[in-house]
Amino acid sequence: MASMLLTSLRSSPLTSVQTAQFAARSLSTSVHLQAQAKSKKTLAKPGMKNIVLVDGVRTPFLLSGTTYADLMPHDLARAALQGLLNRTGIPKEAVDYIVYGEVIQEVKTSNVAREAALGAGFSDKTPAHTVTMACISSNQAMTTGVGMIAAGQCDTVVAGGVEFMSDVPIRHSRKMRKTMLSLNKAKTLGARLSLLGSIRLAHLAPELPAVAEFSTAETMGHSADRLAAAFGVTRLEQDEFALRSHMLAKKAQDSGLLSDVISFKVPGKDIVSKDNGIRPSSMEQLAKLKPAFIKPHGTVTAANSSFLTDGASAVLIMSEEKALAMGYKPKAYLRDFVYVSQDPKDQLLLGPTYSTPKVLERSGLTLNDIDVFEFHEAFAGQIMANLKAMDSDWFAQTYMGRKSKVGVPPMEKFNTWGGSLSLGHPFGATGCRLVTTVAHRLLKEGGQYGLVAACAAGGQGHAMVIEAYPQ
Amino acid sequence: MLVLVSAYTRADGDVVVSRMASVRLLLSRSCCTAAKTVTGHGQRSLSVSSAVLARTHVSYEVKDNVAVVRINDPNSKVNTLSKQMQAEMKEVMNEIWGNSAVKSAVLISRKPGCFIAGADINMIQACNTAEEVTSLSQEGQKMFDQIEKSPIPIVAAINGSCLGGGLEFAIACQYRLATKSKKTILGTPEVMLGLLPGAGGTQRLPKMVGLPTAFDMMLTGRNIRADKAKKMGLVHQLVDPLGPGLKSPEERTIEYLEEVAVDFAKGLAGKKVPMEKKKGLVQKVQDFIMGLPPVRKQIYKTVHSKVMKQSQGLYPAPLKIIECVQTGIEKGNAAGYQTESQSFGKLAMTSESRALIGLYHGQVACKKNHFGHPERDVKKLAILGAGLMGAGVAQVTVDKGVSTILKDTTQEGLARGQQQVYKGLNDKTKKKSLTTFERDGIMSLLSGQLDYRGFENVDMVIEAVFEDLSIKHKVLKEVEAVIPPHCVFATNTSALPIKDIAAASRRPEKVIGMHYFSPVDKMQLLEIITTDKTSKDTTASAVAVGLKQGKVIIVVGDGPGFYTTRCLAPMLAEAIRALQEGVGPKKLDSLTTGFGFPVGAATLADEVGIDVAAHVAEDLGKAFGTRFGGGNIEVLKMMVQKGFKGRKSGKGCYVYGAKSKEKTVNSGAEEILKSFKLTAPPAVSGDEDIQYRLMSRFVNEAVMCLQEGILPDPVQGDIGAVFGLGFPPCLGGPFRFVDSYGADKLVQKMKRFEEVYGNHFTPCQLLIDHAKNSSKRFHK
Repeated sequence: MASMLLTSLRSSPLTSVQTAQFAARSLSTSVHLQAQAKSKKTLAKPGMKNIVLVDGVRTPFLLSGTTYADLMPHDLARAALQGLLNRTGIPKEAVDYIVYGEVIQEVKTSNVAREAALGAGFSDKTPAHTVTMACISSNQAMTTGVGMIAAGQCDTVVAGGVEFMSDVPIRHSRKMRKTMLSLNKAKTLGARLSLLGSIRLAHLAPELPAVAEFSTAETMGHSADRLAAAFGVTRLEQDEFALRSHMLAKKAQDSGLLSDVISFKVPGKDIVSKDNGIRPSSMEQLAKLKPAFIKPHGTVTAANSSFLTDGASAVLIMSEEKALAMGYKPKAYLRDFVYVSQDPKDQLLLGPTYSTPKVLERSGLTLNDIDVFEFHEAFAGQIMANLKAMDSDWFAQTYMGRKSKVGVPPMEKFNTWGGSLSLGHPFGATGCRLVTTVAHRLLKEGGQYGLVAACAAGGQGHAMVIEAYPQ
Repeated sequence: MLVLVSAYTRADGDVVVSRMASVRLLLSRSCCTAAKTVTGHGQRSLSVSSAVLARTHVSYEVKDNVAVVRINDPNSKVNTLSKQMQAEMKEVMNEIWGNSAVKSAVLISRKPGCFIAGADINMIQACNTAEEVTSLSQEGQKMFDQIEKSPIPIVAAINGSCLGGGLEFAIACQYRLATKSKKTILGTPEVMLGLLPGAGGTQRLPKMVGLPTAFDMMLTGRNIRADKAKKMGLVHQLVDPLGPGLKSPEERTIEYLEEVAVDFAKGLAGKKVPMEKKKGLVQKVQDFIMGLPPVRKQIYKTVHSKVMKQSQGLYPAPLKIIECVQTGIEKGNAAGYQTESQSFGKLAMTSESRALIGLYHGQVACKKNHFGHPERDVKKLAILGAGLMGAGVAQVTVDKGVSTILKDTTQEGLARGQQQVYKGLNDKTKKKSLTTFERDGIMSLLSGQLDYRGFENVDMVIEAVFEDLSIKHKVLKEVEAVIPPHCVFATNTSALPIKDIAAASRRPEKVIGMHYFSPVDKMQLLEIITTDKTSKDTTASAVAVGLKQGKVIIVVGDGPGFYTTRCLAPMLAEAIRALQEGVGPKKLDSLTTGFGFPVGAATLADEVGIDVAAHVAEDLGKAFGTRFGGGNIEVLKMMVQKGFKGRKSGKGCYVYGAKSKEKTVNSGAEEILKSFKLTAPPAVSGDEDIQYRLMSRFVNEAVMCLQEGILPDPVQGDIGAVFGLGFPPCLGGPFRFVDSYGADKLVQKMKRFEEVYGNHFTPCQLLIDHAKNSSKRFHK
């Protein structure tokens, strides 16, 4: 199936993109999908609370180093929180708890959730904590909230995520830090001078954070290139998928589908209200780029990878009862979710392949039941590799302990409003964007079930099933 | 704990003296690999007339004007440059060169772990004269010359071992890619077999990597990892190994390598990829300096004197390598190639090369389990005693992924042992052969403890506690109370008879000796000792564990000192006598190293520990009687009394400075020796006599071990002596030495010594048998 789709993609990328768009459009107007028999009428479980997504917002996702350049992470998070307050009109004191996800932390605001919440005017009586799980940090923030509600600890949780790549902590070298710390303790002038004298030029070399696995020291792009090669994903396939992402994102942006984006008046700058990384180009342009990681023969380029992004997102999660009591019309139910993990070296980015069948099994659905797929696009090569892995009986049998392949999501249901490649990928914030997008797409297209899947550094992965709230 | 530090090592276990290192290396890796005889080879050449149909080793296909040549020896795990491989390669290349549609070529192996592992040793061993070997070399030279002058660019795509002739092939190609896999190693290990790179290697390597690096590669024979090879300029590009995809990682990696190589080949043919790398400033300066004849002359001189110092002139191959390189550079290619092929032929006929090749074969044989597969795999091991040996055994076990308990009786002892394991692994991270994460993962398999917690689940216990029978008995009883019935009890002792230890056991069939050599992570030998009661399955299990730990294993019978310690004891007794007779420690050392021992006898005594030597001498003296006499054991006892216990106490025959390299003769020890002074009998005290006195006692004892059935065969005797005790590798071990030197000559010498010293030098019956009948040989 996937190979068929891929072939069609290869032969005429534009047509297939158009087909996808056409399909999406036709879905939005007709209800034939709803007519299709589902394995289950609903995923509600007896004795379990229904947990709903009331709404979700995000700041525009900007290329790092652009308009947000002079902010700090909590500023972005605050903007998202305020945007959520505005959008939902929820009284601040009604929020029981706030959880945020963030990956590269500003050391001054390591609990960015708390700093952002205070700045956004939330009661200082509302506790907030920050979680981190690489690219699925805000998924973790949401499921943490889900857990708290399910356990009866709270009814109303704000979850979100933020990433700010315009400024990252660059540290002194370990030797320099050690000298500086000793300097604090040195009592006499002589002791201080001798410590200062021990500083060598090499000690001044700074330590930069890298998007690299600590366990393997391999950068993610390098691993993605190897993954693509392992699954025989060509450069052409990757460029085609990247182009598709940008074209679909552009289309969604232009048609006003990206309604989760809020406007944000950046202090000292203009109001920002659009993502700025969407750049539909041409296959010829894409083909010109040199490989970014494995040189000179690699296939992953800057254009077919997600770019460094600044952005924040937030969602309001409540128990259904509470939401209804407060007069909300929820957008979706958050249903089953799973976390998976595998070899961080050779299967770093295969999270979706492992998490998709697991969450489907858990919820008792099949791939055919899913109307909307939102997969996190770290690299075009990573998405293609996952699709090939899901389409391979051999891989399923050899590495997943399954009898047969997972199966491939149909492309006309897959990331049809763009994805991380085009919209941008603020590591900590992407998860909420995926979930909100699924909810919005279900509403727009009239589907019932949606699936979010994502990979993350550390060889981890996540998937969640989302059910449309009956309108 | 009694530790028998072998001749290769220092007690600190850290630095292995360089020559020893080279000797160790010499035997640890293969260069030319002995491929099994090609079955059906004759048949095929008889029955099939068309050569094309008969091609089994080399195949090719043309993809987009690129000829992809794939090599795969169907009869062996590795590819070797056998006659058949060469013949088919020649045919294929001629077809490719004759095909005008082919614009470039890729050379690749279909075997996942091996590009080409070298020339076929059997092919060289089958030659009877130097001329035959020379002509083999010339054929190789000619073939690679054609490759070098190929009208179309050839890309060597290397994955797995690329050694010896394999590397010579690769460097004749126009372009080289290598996978960044741990299995990908490049090198010219011929010197370890007493040979030299005989197919143009001595001529091409210096031009490619520069004179100093080329000498380093060819004289040490060391393996070079792909990333290093790239830095050295030995390969042009690296290709990453792939993980699982739609095929197995190994299969897909080769496919990927081929795809990348084909791209490069096209690029080279289209002149889009430059053949030569741009030289940096440093490289240019270096080239300029190397261009100056006086500089080169100085290099030859320095290298020559270094080789002489390290090899004592006992190994002809390194000197020939220098000669070949020098001739090629100073007198031109033609002369260089001629010297190379002629030297190759000559070297192949030397006794040194035969000895080294013999050791290579022996080593291969001792890396197999001849006792079958044990009923249970050892999944959990426990080690008692976290001393030098215990911790060493723990290190080589956990780093193979086996969960291990390290138990000691004191907190301090345990901490020291755990630190030793950590340091051993951490040093590897510094050398980049291990990542810090791999180190941490390995360390997590080690459980340090003071009690017997978890012993109910262990499959084998190796005890390395103090060498005292009553302590061993106590430990054995304690352990047997907590271990499951199937658990093997192995004892690491260097001299106590296993049956005496097993006497305290409720299940003697599960008791076995495992004699490790210190430092365990560096010494390759493991001597396994079985008693009459040890079951075959217990032996199989011990061998399996040893093999897993990466050891070369000899399995010997039980008796005082088993094999290795028993051979060493009379030699040390003789060394003490020589010292008493006024041969100074330094002189004694130079006599022994001059014979090819990596460590001199006096230094060896210090390394082993004077107290240990005294202990062993006394024990074995009691067991074997006056035959084990020689030096006065009181010398050793007196030294121990004065605190001269050897290196570990800072004083022994020598005084050891804070820096490990400094050592001066210990005047205190000299005084003791003076008080025990003996008159040196002039008839047997010449330098050579002293050498043969030491040597003959070692060799005679080894032969006696064979005669008594302690040793199952001469091969294991040679391997044990060389790998465990540092017996001169150039002589190939005591048994090969008897064969090549002549049993009759040795017996004559011994009779002469016997007249002076009595039964210490009485040749054993088996040696006499061999002396009487020159057709009797230990090795065929």
